[in-house]
Amino acid sequence: MSSSDPNLVPDIRSARLPAQAYATRFADASPRLTQSQALLESERCLYCFDAPCATACPTGIDVPSFIKRIADGNLRGAARTILDSNPLGGMCARVCPTENLCEAVCVRNTQEDRPVAIGRLQRHAVDGLMESDRPQVFTRAAPTGKKVAVVGAGPAGLACAYTLARMGHDVVVFDAKPKAGGLNEYGLASYKTPDNFAQRELAWLLDIGGIEIRNNWKLQTEAEIYALRQRYSAVFQGNVRAALAGSSLASLRQDHAAVFLGMGLATTQPLGVPGEDLVGVEDAVDFIARLRQSEDFSTLPIGRRVVVIGGGMTAVDAAVQSRLLGAESVHIVYRRGPETMSSSQEEQHWAQTNGVTIHHWLAPVEVNGQDGHATGVTFAHQAMVNGQLQATGHTEFMEADMVFKAIGQKLGNPVLAEAGLSLQGGRIVTDADGQTNLPGVWAGGDCRAGGLDLTVEAVEHGKRSAHAIHAHVMAT
Amino acid sequence: MANLQTTFAGIKSPNPFWLASAPPTDKAYNVNRAFEAGWGGVVWKTLGEAGPPVVNVNGPRYGALLTPDRRLMGFNNIELITDRDLEINLREIAEVKRDWADRAMIVSLMVPCEEKSWKAILPRVEDTGADGIELNFGCPHGMSERGMGAAVGQVPEYIQMVTAWCKHYSKLPVIVKLTPNITDIRNPARAAKRGGADAVSLINTINSIMGVDPYTLTMSPSTGGKGSHGGYCGPAVKPIALNMVAEIARDPETAGIPISGIGGIGNWRDALDFIALGSGTVQVCTAAMVYGFKIVQEMESGLSDYMDEMGFKSVSEIVGRAVPTVSDWRYLNLNHISKAVINQDSCIQCGRCHIACEDTSHQAITFMKEGKRHFEVMEDECVGCNLCVTVCPVPACITLRDVPVGEMDQRTGQPVSAAHADWTTHPNNPMRVAA
Repeated sequence: MSSSDPNLVPDIRSARLPAQAYATRFADASPRLTQSQALLESERCLYCFDAPCATACPTGIDVPSFIKRIADGNLRGAARTILDSNPLGGMCARVCPTENLCEAVCVRNTQEDRPVAIGRLQRHAVDGLMESDRPQVFTRAAPTGKKVAVVGAGPAGLACAYTLARMGHDVVVFDAKPKAGGLNEYGLASYKTPDNFAQRELAWLLDIGGIEIRNNWKLQTEAEIYALRQRYSAVFQGNVRAALAGSSLASLRQDHAAVFLGMGLATTQPLGVPGEDLVGVEDAVDFIARLRQSEDFSTLPIGRRVVVIGGGMTAVDAAVQSRLLGAESVHIVYRRGPETMSSSQEEQHWAQTNGVTIHHWLAPVEVNGQDGHATGVTFAHQAMVNGQLQATGHTEFMEADMVFKAIGQKLGNPVLAEAGLSLQGGRIVTDADGQTNLPGVWAGGDCRAGGLDLTVEAVEHGKRSAHAIHAHVMAT
Repeated sequence: MANLQTTFAGIKSPNPFWLASAPPTDKAYNVNRAFEAGWGGVVWKTLGEAGPPVVNVNGPRYGALLTPDRRLMGFNNIELITDRDLEINLREIAEVKRDWADRAMIVSLMVPCEEKSWKAILPRVEDTGADGIELNFGCPHGMSERGMGAAVGQVPEYIQMVTAWCKHYSKLPVIVKLTPNITDIRNPARAAKRGGADAVSLINTINSIMGVDPYTLTMSPSTGGKGSHGGYCGPAVKPIALNMVAEIARDPETAGIPISGIGGIGNWRDALDFIALGSGTVQVCTAAMVYGFKIVQEMESGLSDYMDEMGFKSVSEIVGRAVPTVSDWRYLNLNHISKAVINQDSCIQCGRCHIACEDTSHQAITFMKEGKRHFEVMEDECVGCNLCVTVCPVPACITLRDVPVGEMDQRTGQPVSAAHADWTTHPNNPMRVAA
């Protein structure tokens, strides 16, 4: 770190830290509870009647019940309660903004200004089960002979696939990435889910049986398929279609009793300002994915000065991990006030604790550069005037070696409109069960319109659609 | 600092807090430390007759009922009387008493139920300079299988006989320690009094098994795969002990006999309960075994501050003050009406009161009002049973109010009457007497 040369522009380097520092820095952000801590904490639960925490959980976990079982020394029973409502209860225990959900409404807040640590207790129970000799708690029902396609192996798709498989259906999960898990594998900060938990949870889910994962597969338009076919037919003889890693929604519908779409959001929003294409400007999600897939964090280049534009969890994850990789100054810059930032209070505090500075009321107007590389960002001060965000006329310049864009993602997949799906703001319109306007097609997770973009909500979408799909395929 | 000095059956001590006959009072080392910490007296761990002493098991002697955060609620032991030589004990008792003249030194005794055994040991004890003796008729395990301890305490005639021997062969005050492993505590207490006892102490421990290991399905605690019942004590037994103390205090035959209260005393409030129900001194063991001897200082401080606050000049002014409030059920005023009240400002909306009342009592607490979570007592259903008060996690959030005379009881539609009316005169009582 001492070798930093402030005159070097751009100053982007790997190995900013001593080799042994990375493991410590990227360790579990919220270490698991010890047996004794879990017992003491579970004792704080009052086993409320019609518990507000259970109502606040998007997946409706019977929180008092699982906590009582921890207190009773019945960890397996506790995990069963959790996983029955939320098969991805292990990941949700790590990434749920519990301070806005179950823990926000815990009656212990009223009594002593400190909720029961529901998220950490949930992790205690699920981890305990998954590390036990008999990690499965559910048995797959007798095969129904029905086959369902799930597009996207993220939280929504996996929850849907698992729930369907449990009910005896065969499920094929198609995913664009080399590894299943979606944002759990590629989109979350490393310290939230260390020790390869996303893949360990996936293995647990697949262990129920009846789920096949096909990686490196993409939902494609008829035109893309035609183009591919032309290209590959020159190379291959024989069954060309089978060689293609992708197909159209129409053919998926043809080959399966039902289809669930849970492919998330494919592309990030552009800033729409000059300089966005300069070297050193990157989507925060790509940075996070690269970090998550890295075996050795010391090989990852990071700027000395980093600016992250956005106000959500992705912005926080990118900013904090920049600091952990050794960036000297990291700024999160958000165009509105603190109250509309979509990252939780706790996330923002976490960022600040890690040395990230959060700025409000600044909108980017230009990414400045030199020799094709970003050197900083010019921001315009904003103010709310009659309910409208307006530039005040003042500008501010921040030096940066790297700029991360984290202003949200969009679906932007031409397949959907082509297939005739009703869309709203680029996302798929569904009913409460996730059913789309196309018969036999359901959708959930971030690609579904009107959601909160939360992992736990995606799980609930997948689970709920699975029940609707079950009713549908068993009736036909 | 209030004056805590007590005179109990003629025995003086600087405060009413004595250590009960138990492991903490087995030898000079412990008792010296106890007196240094401030205990007013000790009952030396039970001596047996001369000769080879008893032996204890070499496996677990203790077991406990713990809360999940490992606060001790109940405690169980299978330790026998002292396993040290009688001569050593007597020598140490004499030395300690000589060094601590102002403290009460009581010697607990348990010898076979034969006159010669008692006749032999009593002068030896008197020679130590001890202030009194306590007859261990209560120990429920081990010794009782050999015809001693609770085996004597369960037969009132034996209690009377042995007490009389002790009064005959010794001029020391005799305290008879009673076992709770009987059906009616008044009978052994009456027998002790008839035998000439100067005082009784109670309760000794209760027969108990702490549990079963779920994976070996062996009772616990066990030694080498087998256990035997132990004696149960600690906070969980206090209500049982209080009732027995009060029974003796209000029984016309035994009323007025000095009582040394024992059973789950861990703080000054517990001690006050025993004192107000008729105990002149209290004896403590479990709390000392959990926290060490220093705990007596918190007990002294609490009782002293309480007495100052209440204007009590001596402990004796409090002894038995609550006894007149203990009655038989049949004399309770059936015209008295209580209703639960939930303080909405301190309610945290956990709903425990609602579900307890709804599922197991009188369906008298709402959970919803105008579409919102809201817990309120419906006076037209409330019988004032106090269940909601006990299950509420917030202190003083739910209280019972006494409905004043003349106000309408919403449940019965009748105004509350000023007249006393109890079961003895109630029309539904086939044995009623005229009001």
